[in-house]
Amino acid sequence: MAHAAHHDDHAHHPTGVMRWITTTNNKDIGTLYLSFALLMFFIGGSMAMIIRAELFKPGLQFVDPQFFNSMTTLHALVMIFGAVMPAFVGLANWMIPMMIGAPDMALPRLNNWSFWLLPFAFTLLLSTLFMPGGAPAGGWTMYAPLVLQTGEAFPFLIFAVHIMGISSIMGAINIIATVFNMRAPGMTFMKLPLFVWTWIITAFLLIAAMPVLAGAVTMLLTDKFFGTSFFSAAGGGDPVMFQHIFWFFGHPEVYIMILPAFGIVSAIVPTFARKPLFGYASMVYATASIAFLSFIVWAHHMFTVGMPLAGELFFMYTTVLIAVPTGVKIFNWLATMWRGSMTFETPMLFALGFIVMFTIGGFSGLMLGVTPADFQYQDTYFVVAHFHYVLVTGAVFAIMGATYFWLPKWTGHMYDETLGKWHFWLSTIFVNVLFFPQHFLGLAGMPRRIPDYAVQFADWNMVSSIGGFCFGATQLLFLYVIVKCVRGGAKASDRVWEGAEGLEWILPSPPPYHSFVNPPLVK
Amino acid sequence: MSQARGQTMGRGTRKFPRSMAQLITALLSLCPAIASADWALNMRPGVTPNSQGIYHLHMIVLWICVVIGVLVFGVMFYSILHFRKSRGARAAHFHENTTVEIVWTLIPFVILVCVAVPATRTLIAMESTGNADMTIKATGYQWRWHYDYLDQGVSFFSVLAEKSNEARQPRSGIDPHTVENYLLDVDQPLVVPVGKKVRLLTTANDVIHAWWVPELGVKRDAIPGFINESWFKVETPGTYRGQCAELCGKDHGFMPIVVVAKEEGEFNKWVEDKKAAALAEAAANDPNREWKKEELMAKGAEVYTKNCAVCHQADGKGVPGNFPALAGSEIANGNVDDHIDRVLFGKNQMPAWKETLSPVEIAAVITYERNSFGNTAGDVVQPKKVAEY
Amino acid sequence: MSGTHTGTGYYLPDPSHWPITGSIGLFSILGGFALALDGHAAGKAVMVFGALVMLGMLFGWFGTVIRESEGGQYNSQVDVSFRWGMAWFIFSEVMFFAAFFGALYYARQLSVPWLGGEGDKLATHQLLWPGFSAAWPVLSTPNTTLFMQIKEVIPAFGVPAINTLLLLSSGVTVTIAHHALKHNNRGLLLLFLFLTIALGVAFLSLQAHEYGEAYRAKGLTLNSGIYGSTFFMLTGFHGLHVTLGAIMLTVIWLRCLRGHFKPNHHFGFEAVAWYWHFVDVVWLGLFIFVYWL
Ligand code: HEA
Ligand code: HEA
Ligand code: HEC
Ligand code: CUA
Ligand SMILES: [Cu+2]
Repeated sequence: MAHAAHHDDHAHHPTGVMRWITTTNNKDIGTLYLSFALLMFFIGGSMAMIIRAELFKPGLQFVDPQFFNSMTTLHALVMIFGAVMPAFVGLANWMIPMMIGAPDMALPRLNNWSFWLLPFAFTLLLSTLFMPGGAPAGGWTMYAPLVLQTGEAFPFLIFAVHIMGISSIMGAINIIATVFNMRAPGMTFMKLPLFVWTWIITAFLLIAAMPVLAGAVTMLLTDKFFGTSFFSAAGGGDPVMFQHIFWFFGHPEVYIMILPAFGIVSAIVPTFARKPLFGYASMVYATASIAFLSFIVWAHHMFTVGMPLAGELFFMYTTVLIAVPTGVKIFNWLATMWRGSMTFETPMLFALGFIVMFTIGGFSGLMLGVTPADFQYQDTYFVVAHFHYVLVTGAVFAIMGATYFWLPKWTGHMYDETLGKWHFWLSTIFVNVLFFPQHFLGLAGMPRRIPDYAVQFADWNMVSSIGGFCFGATQLLFLYVIVKCVRGGAKASDRVWEGAEGLEWILPSPPPYHSFVNPPLVK
Repeated sequence: MSQARGQTMGRGTRKFPRSMAQLITALLSLCPAIASADWALNMRPGVTPNSQGIYHLHMIVLWICVVIGVLVFGVMFYSILHFRKSRGARAAHFHENTTVEIVWTLIPFVILVCVAVPATRTLIAMESTGNADMTIKATGYQWRWHYDYLDQGVSFFSVLAEKSNEARQPRSGIDPHTVENYLLDVDQPLVVPVGKKVRLLTTANDVIHAWWVPELGVKRDAIPGFINESWFKVETPGTYRGQCAELCGKDHGFMPIVVVAKEEGEFNKWVEDKKAAALAEAAANDPNREWKKEELMAKGAEVYTKNCAVCHQADGKGVPGNFPALAGSEIANGNVDDHIDRVLFGKNQMPAWKETLSPVEIAAVITYERNSFGNTAGDVVQPKKVAEY
Repeated sequence: MSGTHTGTGYYLPDPSHWPITGSIGLFSILGGFALALDGHAAGKAVMVFGALVMLGMLFGWFGTVIRESEGGQYNSQVDVSFRWGMAWFIFSEVMFFAAFFGALYYARQLSVPWLGGEGDKLATHQLLWPGFSAAWPVLSTPNTTLFMQIKEVIPAFGVPAINTLLLLSSGVTVTIAHHALKHNNRGLLLLFLFLTIALGVAFLSLQAHEYGEAYRAKGLTLNSGIYGSTFFMLTGFHGLHVTLGAIMLTVIWLRCLRGHFKPNHHFGFEAVAWYWHFVDVVWLGLFIFVYWL
């Protein structure tokens, strides 16, 4: 994305690479985050392609099992911590100051640091691919004691997670400080765009969840190197304790990856329905309830570990309860479309795709939440299908929609609408070919995290792999559309979209270096 | 292909959109290579009260989701068709309505309560492990299962069947379709009597595994240092297949579980046979007699392939960085006590074999290791030495 | 460099190379540590290099902030940003400790009783750990060859109680110093800030002495099972935070010596005071749950 024009004169600002390394500007940092996320999406995606290639047919063709497990592990870590989360932070950096009428983020230098920790964290993580013993292969969930068998990669994994955690926490702190302290006069909390709302709530989730992950992996480190026995029964600990602590982080983490997506959809749908968002207040309350509930459902990932019955029941009830506030969001979007005047530009297509396919993922989530049934689903491809529906057609589709939605604002150019539509339709078709059959595989009994499988799973796996390759290839089109738009294109107007509402649309496209040097007055 | 399907995967009652399956199958059968396919779509009801309870719950929730989905997507596509600008739709301006908001909060809530009630009932049944007729302990190892019939005094290891194991080696050149029950077959299955409530204790020796047989409706993690309890009661004799369901390292995909349910009489006979075989085995493998080198080498090769090759590889070259090579290893060529010590007691990822292999087997495998892969220690380790170590 | 002031006077700093310096520092420290843990000789050197870079970054970055602050660049809105930042940073630290307190709770209430056969884990006890009897503190672990026995634990009402007093009074002294600053009584400020640091250092030396005792005489080590694990993890990370807090207090004290801070503008001081109170409160939790109950 081309950088915003400098409106104020900064005579001694570094140029070239140093500009990007030292920048304290939210838009530059947003661009850095988004570019990094895209790069990581391609790296994580390439790993997924290796997975799908190996699973194309039964028998071991390309990789050995250990490396396969490394691919699964790194694919997930890269996608979650490298692609989806940074993409959301990038969007927050670009949009939140504009949306609330601020000049920049509240703590610009810290903002730079939050970003510039990430490349170092991923250097640590990805360097493990070249280490004796191979990259971490214990799954992204890093369960003890298996993860303690990792070779030289082990401390690198732990420290990479620590640095990612520091980065996320500082990013979240910055967002909170910005929203709480930098709003333009008159911009009360109940006037904030929903993207801002969902992001503050996400920021709270981050601050509460990431340190717990840091604590969990620290205990792994001491168990491996310093003789502690947190996760070893021989010393009075329990391997399952790691799972509790991990999922206390892990479940909020999945909402960290979906709440900003809800915010994006809540921005796109009203714009293209040309109608105000239905149920603004209930959207805010629903988001807050989801966030609250997310801290008391964690053990639904652990129904089979042998928890006491009372625990299993408690976590089942709280888990299925999340369907209620999530349903409120879906229904509000439908009501926003109802009697609107809709057009279907690419961002709207992605938002609609999101609503349908996220709901499908939510349904399978609900099925997983029903404890007895989860005993059959757990650790099968049914779970894999579930979380890719919420993550790929949920979070990633929302990010793509947001990119199309705001790209004209960022660059000052319109993207190629025809190619955008092609990107959407090809992605939507292939992503379903890729992930829908995985439901069938899971129900038929195919475990996840296996490099080879019994022959009765062969057919759907082949279909899924074909879908995967085509979906992956389609993303090259996405890259092309972005590059093309950054480099030129029809001039975008300030408002860009006919139905667009909000402060970001009263600024020029591209907006000035410091969005609102003088705060706008919000009615 | 059907012969490879195994008993678990027969075409069961399939309530889930059958027509859709046929449609897809019809479309895909245009492509000859995958014409004779399996295309299983749904969970199977299984053969125990619990698995059937789970299956019904699954179908209830599935249909609830389908119905809600049809409604939600119906409304959405109706809007997309009717409220589009290109059809001249003009936007209304309403943006809230407390009544509908309350309604669409309450209705899902009520639906969830309706799901929670039968779910609670099923769960309580699944967790009631009392009054069992017999108890079996299953211990997960990297990468095989050990079964202990606590009441009958029978115990044995169960590993991936030899045929599957050959075919699954990287680039083995063997087409998995030609292997019966590829990856779902073991050398020694778990045998249980039908109509008896079997209490299953799961635990593990190294990392977490999970014992899962879909048709029995049992999936329970095997946690090192802890024992989990679950139960099943098979109603129909047959062979039921499953696999380890918790990532447990390199060969997680290769530790299947096979349960054979037999009529009680046959089961009792099986127990007697097992016991007799164990006695004969013990007699043949007297650790106190003097063993000849050839005997030990032959037995050692067998033990090695079965237990050690997964890590140290058949050629003894190991996996650099993960598993050390035994070819040329200092321990395998040096002091024999160190060698015995390492095999008996393990170290880090190297398992301790004291409890799982007999002195004869250990002596044999050590002798084998010291005289193979180009190793030149040349000595013979007598089982007696190991037994007294 | 001067930065930019917006219409409302909010200070937006110019580009800065301190963050990237910090990243390189942190990367080298942790990367070096990882190498060292894997047994590579170069690891320690990389760590030292990283620590030096990090130190330089801290001096440079905070130096810049202090200069800007003393130079009057920050208006009250900037001050509020810092406040939100610090407050939520401390909250994140609370959650970090929560993970370890959670582990302590889990071990005491669940895993140790289970290993002893309570709840529905009777089979675990009978078949796997028949010799283990559950008690807290766990003096004798389920497997005493892997995890050593503890001879004796540290009683709450000895040194830990004294340490509690020390830290609590340091909370009081720092508050007195804060009041002194607000009333522009610099002498009192310096004195009580110094006292706070002294109390912190006293706490740390007693703690170090305790650790020595634990290792030497009591058999209480990182390797003595879940009691030692939780004990050292909690008190160790707390000690680390006290150390950081004491260093921060020292910096603030030196700044006070040089005449920094004004009665109505002293966020740096307050931030450190908050941090110190946080460390204090965590200790109370430790004292109650680790030593006492
Ligand atoms: C963005 C990420 C995301 C989101 C939003 C969700 C959302 C949900 N998830 Fe998912 N989940 C993951 C990411 C996510 N999940 C991941 C990554 C894993 C696997 C981790 C691993 O093991 O590696 C996982 C695993 C996982 C499990 C564990 C499975 C197992 O391992 O056995 C469970 C179990 O309960 C679960 C449940 C749910 C539920 C109930 C929701 C709910 O929030 C869904 C709510 C939404 C709806 C229900 C649809 C819309 C609602 C309506 C239209 C209203 C009316 C509906 C009804 C009344 C039915 N998830
Ligand atoms: C946000 C998170 C996210 C995202 C976006 C994805 C995206 C994808 N995932 Fe991922 N996945 C996870 C999170 C995610 N996944 C998690 C958490 C797990 C669990 C890990 C664990 O068990 O520990 C997992 C596990 C997982 C598995 C199960 C592995 C196993 O159990 O062993 C599979 C298998 O199919 C898979 C596939 C895919 C595919 C095909 C995509 C595709 O959407 C990717 C598409 C993108 C690209 C392909 C890149 C762009 C294109 C190119 C580089 C061009 C070149 C390509 C071609 C020409 C084909 N994923
Ligand atoms: C789960 C994997 C695994 C299996 C199965 C396994 N080993 Fe090992 N073995 C290891 C690992 C890992 C080491 C290295 C231990 C260390 O030094 O940390 C090792 C080390 C050894 C060594 C010492 C080699 C040296 O030079 O350091 C010997 C001898 C050995 N194993 C013999 C055996 C025998 C005999 C068997 C089978 C009866 C066996 N191993 C099965 C993983 C395994
Ligand atoms: Cu054993 Cu997976
Ligand atoms: Cu969850």
